[in-house]
Amino acid sequence: MDWDWQFAREITPILLQGLKVTLIATILGAAVAAVLGLVFALLRRSSNRVVARTAGFLVQFIRGTPLLVQLYFIFYVLPDIGIRLPALAAGVIGMGLHYATYAAEVYRGGIEAVARGQWEAARATNLTMRQTWTHVILPQALPPMIPALANYLLAMFKETPLLSAITVLEMMNQAKSVANSTYRYVEPMTLVGVFFLIISLISVAGLRWLERRYGRRT
Amino acid sequence: MIVHQFNAAGSKARQDLDDAPIIRIHDLRKSFGSLTVIDGLSFEVHRGEKLALIGPSGSGKTTILRMLMTLETISGGRIEVCGEPLYHMSRNGAEVPADEAHLHEMRRHIGMVFQHFNLFPHKSVIDNITLAPMLTQGVARADAERQARELLEMVGLADKEASMPSQLSGGQKQRVAIARALALKPEIMLFDEVTSALDPELVEEVLEVMKRLAAETDMTMLLVTHEMGFAREFADRVLFFDRGRICEQGTPEQIFTNPAQDRTRTFLRKIIAAGHRV
Repeated sequence: MDWDWQFAREITPILLQGLKVTLIATILGAAVAAVLGLVFALLRRSSNRVVARTAGFLVQFIRGTPLLVQLYFIFYVLPDIGIRLPALAAGVIGMGLHYATYAAEVYRGGIEAVARGQWEAARATNLTMRQTWTHVILPQALPPMIPALANYLLAMFKETPLLSAITVLEMMNQAKSVANSTYRYVEPMTLVGVFFLIISLISVAGLRWLERRYGRRT
Repeated sequence: MIVHQFNAAGSKARQDLDDAPIIRIHDLRKSFGSLTVIDGLSFEVHRGEKLALIGPSGSGKTTILRMLMTLETISGGRIEVCGEPLYHMSRNGAEVPADEAHLHEMRRHIGMVFQHFNLFPHKSVIDNITLAPMLTQGVARADAERQARELLEMVGLADKEASMPSQLSGGQKQRVAIARALALKPEIMLFDEVTSALDPELVEEVLEVMKRLAAETDMTMLLVTHEMGFAREFADRVLFFDRGRICEQGTPEQIFTNPAQDRTRTFLRKIIAAGHRV
C-alpha cells in the first residue's frame, strides 16, 4: 500500500464538491427534522387521544426501522405509486423524517421540563396561549434543548454517506466513483475520513461551547 | 401613588355595586376522577371583603382559588364574578360553556399569588412585573416600568429591579410575585398559602406587605392560609372548610375564640399543637 500525494491532490476538488452536497443535505435535513420534529412533538401532546396515539405510533415506527431501508423506500418504492423524487430531495426527506423523531423527543423533554407553575402563572397573569408559548414556555424550554439538538445534527452529518445508496452524489459517492474508475481506494477513502473528521472536530468544539452556554443550569 | 390608584378604583366600584356580591358561588362541585373535592358549595363574597379560608389539607380551599383563577375547570354548579358567570356565557340567548375568549375576559378581574411564587426565572424582577401589563393591557413600556418601580417600592424591593429571581430569597420572590399580580390591577386577589414554602424567618416580611395591602386598598382578597394568627388579623370573615363544604363561618373573633362546631375546635387545637400561632 503506497500513498500517492499527486493522486490525492487530483481528486480533492471532486471530493470537496461531494462535501458541498453532504453539507447541503445535512443542513436541509436538519431543517426538515427541526420543523417536523416540532409537529410530531405537538401532535403527541394533543388532547385528542387518536391524534396523540397515531403520532406516537408513527414516531415509534420510524425510529424502529433503519434509515437505509427508509431511504430505499422513498427513492425506489414510492415511484411505483407515482411519487418520483430527485435523489437529493428523497435523501433530505428521509433523513429529515428519521431525525425528526429524535428531535421530537428532545422538544417533548424540554417542554415538559418547564414547571407546571409557569403555565399557571402565565394564565394567572392573563397571557394568551400564544403569549404563554412565546414569552414564558419556549424561552425556558429551548436553551436546554440546544446541546441535544446539536448532537443529533452531528450524528446526522456522519450518516450522510448512506445517501450514496440512493445515488446522491455526496462525498462518499464521489469517492466511490473515483475508486471504481481508478481502482485506488486508499486516497479517496482516507480523504473522506479526514474531511469528516475535520468537520466533526470543529462541530464538537462548537457543541462543547453550546453546552457551556445553554446546558441545563443547576 | 399606588394606594391612590387602588382607592380610586375601589371607590368607583363602591358607588354602583356596594351591596352586590363580587363573587357568587352556587352549588359548586369539583371532582378529580372519582374523588369529590368540592360538593355542593355555595357562598358569596362582597366587594372589598377580606376572606380567610382555613381548614385541614384536602378540604378544598386551594381548589376553590384555582377554580376562580380558571386553573381548574368546574364539575358542576356556578361561579359568578363581578355579576357575570365565569364558566358560562350566553350565545344566541342560550347559556353555553365559556370559551377561552370569555375566560380571558373574566381573568382581568382576578389576580393570584402562588405558594411557590412561580416567577418567570428567565426574566428580571422588573420584567416579571411589566410583562403582563404590556402584553395584555397594551401598557407602554415606560409606563409599565414606572408602575413596576412603585410596586417594588411598596413591597420594599426598590433596589432589586434588575435582579434575576434566582438571586432572591423566598420572601423576596413572593413579594415580587405580589407586585406582579398587583400590576394588572385586579379587583380580586387570591393568595394561595403564600407563606407555606417560606423559611420561618421570611414569613413576616411577606405578611407585612399583605397587611399593608389589606389596610390601604379596597381590593377583594381571598386568602388560603395555615397562619391562623395572620388570618385573624387580616380577615373580615373566616370560612372553615371541611371535606369540600363550609363547616362554619363567622368573624375571626367568633371562629378563633368561640367556635360553634366540634370540628373547628379540633382543627384549631391541632394547628396550635403543630406550633402555629393563633
